[in-house]
Amino acid sequence: MAGPKYPGFDTLALHAGQSPDPATGSRAVPVYQTTSYVFRDTEHAASLFNMERAGHVYSRISNPTVAVLEERIAALEGGVGAIATASGQAALHLAVATLMGAGSHIVASGALYGGSHNLLGYTLKRFGIETSFVNGRDLGDWKRAVRENTRLLFGETLGNPGIDVLNIPAIAEIAHAAKLPLLVDATFTTPYLMKPFELGADLLYHSATKFLGGHGVAIGGVLVDSGRFDWEASGKFETLTAPYAGFHNMDFEEESGTRAFLLRARREGLRDFGACMAPMTAFQILQGVETLHLRMPRHVENTRKVVAFLSSHSSVEKVLYPELPSHPDHELCRKLLPNGAGAVFSFDIRGGRAAGKAFIESLRVFSHLANVGDAKSLVIHPATTTHYRMSDEDLRKAGIGPGTIRLSVGLEDAQDLIDDLERALKAASKG
Amino acid sequence: MDLVVEGRKAFAYTAAHALDAKKPTMVFIHGAGLDHSLFGLQSRYFGYHGWNVLAVDLPGHGRSAGPPVASIGGMADWLFLLLDSLKIQKANLVGHSMGSLISVECAARQPARVERIALIGVAYPMKVTEVFLDAARRNDPAAYDMETIWCHAPQVPLGGNPNPGMWMYGDALARLRRLEPGVLYNDLKACNDYQLAGNVGCPALFVLGKRDVMTPPKAAVDLQKKIAGSKSVLVPLSGHSLMAEAPDATLDALIGFFS
Repeated sequence: MAGPKYPGFDTLALHAGQSPDPATGSRAVPVYQTTSYVFRDTEHAASLFNMERAGHVYSRISNPTVAVLEERIAALEGGVGAIATASGQAALHLAVATLMGAGSHIVASGALYGGSHNLLGYTLKRFGIETSFVNGRDLGDWKRAVRENTRLLFGETLGNPGIDVLNIPAIAEIAHAAKLPLLVDATFTTPYLMKPFELGADLLYHSATKFLGGHGVAIGGVLVDSGRFDWEASGKFETLTAPYAGFHNMDFEEESGTRAFLLRARREGLRDFGACMAPMTAFQILQGVETLHLRMPRHVENTRKVVAFLSSHSSVEKVLYPELPSHPDHELCRKLLPNGAGAVFSFDIRGGRAAGKAFIESLRVFSHLANVGDAKSLVIHPATTTHYRMSDEDLRKAGIGPGTIRLSVGLEDAQDLIDDLERALKAASKG
Repeated sequence: MDLVVEGRKAFAYTAAHALDAKKPTMVFIHGAGLDHSLFGLQSRYFGYHGWNVLAVDLPGHGRSAGPPVASIGGMADWLFLLLDSLKIQKANLVGHSMGSLISVECAARQPARVERIALIGVAYPMKVTEVFLDAARRNDPAAYDMETIWCHAPQVPLGGNPNPGMWMYGDALARLRRLEPGVLYNDLKACNDYQLAGNVGCPALFVLGKRDVMTPPKAAVDLQKKIAGSKSVLVPLSGHSLMAEAPDATLDALIGFFS
């Protein structure tokens, strides 16, 4: 007799988290555009508030449409559950705020999205949480940076801007040896290209604005817990293992074991910080998730064609894409990302800032904007936009050259994308 | 609450309340490879409604030190020792799956100490398929997959969780992965080998999931016949994990029985 089988990724992407609506029979996920839910009686109300019964009370804490997205992403990632947030940044903040307070310390890869770098390097510092940024590729650097008050190790599955591949198995080992969890930002990979929990990560989040939605119409984030980290055994996480006066003296780990982190994040983090996801946003992101398994292979296929074109072009100095043998993480990429290294990468154009500017202004299909992971192809020139105040020397330290261009390759006809790039490279070379 | 039973650390969740000698006591006993937190909502309810609650972690499970106890009879004895350590003479028992067999055995061994029993997701005999036992014996992760999939109704992976944002399969797997090797096999073998020798005279409630593939309702009939006057509640859409799949229906059944 063969053992039972789990539903496949494609099926979960379409179904997980939702049954046809019991009230109406609606097959699509209904948008429960409501703030609150009627109690059956006072006893029912008290039981919901005291976590004696499951259900919704107020949409800042949970909402039926948002819950479908949360459960679906948890299913795709293999987690115990998830919490959808107002943005990816809100998801990162929720993770940090659930685990620690003033006096704590984070070790993070330096290869991070600028917004995450700001939150960790400047804003959280103001609230007493310090971060040491390390060379994400240097395992010794990670080990050396861990202190007595460290509470989290953090990196991106594919880092900014060099598309560094995070060595999750090795960094998870360092984290676990220190009784600490590893959190990863899995936005660039999505669960289709990588399952961080299977590699050893304990927590992950997405900017759902990017590939999960894919349509560029909604801002959102999702924080997922693997349920594998033993907070009690670690002994370093009072927020999860000591009675919390703010919620009936609940000891979250004692109460719910594998669900402790998400329970505190929802019952405190969403309740008090309030960065919840709107129901319409969840609905819009769900429309994207339902085709994630169809879109990601095409993103990768188009990216490979574009990378091949740029790699052999005389106006291009270098291309940074982990599938290329020239990329420092090529071998790690082959091991951790067998289905593809995503659709975001950068290349350096010959001719510096001026060439970069001319290139951007000559593009017709690629859209010049500050986002990635859209079905439409996107481009940005960091030296004249996100990092325009920095000197060439400071740009170099950040891994950005004056001619560095970042592309997010979409789902258009690949030849149209190549033609567009060719035209713009020609314009740039003319100065 | 941390306790010491037979010289080893034991744990029982009390819903953040101190035990009160004036209150009746309800003991929640989990199933194979699981722990007290499966009863989170239900045990919390009774803890806040006039009961002493002890949702135990059996030896080798959750926060209780191992090794696990090898037989249902041994687990029943351990439970009485735990009650002894707290000077609790009488208790009501709520068991799930393997925990329901322990409840039955407790009621048969020491009838004077067991007031009522509620049996959730129970079968008797509780035979375990050879493929499942064999995988567990070899500590093959496939055993965790079997437990996860067979412990839930077929629609669970494609449906919604009553507990917002949670993924039942993921939670079950995460819990099982925390077990020491051999614990799941110990439990499954104990269930498979169990034979009820005595009689059960106390009031009993059966809470059964209509879509339970692990212990289908028809597999409870022999035990229902053995316990005169027992009551039954059939939960239409639930599988074996009734406390998670149908938390309100399970709680309502318990409230109706124990009130």
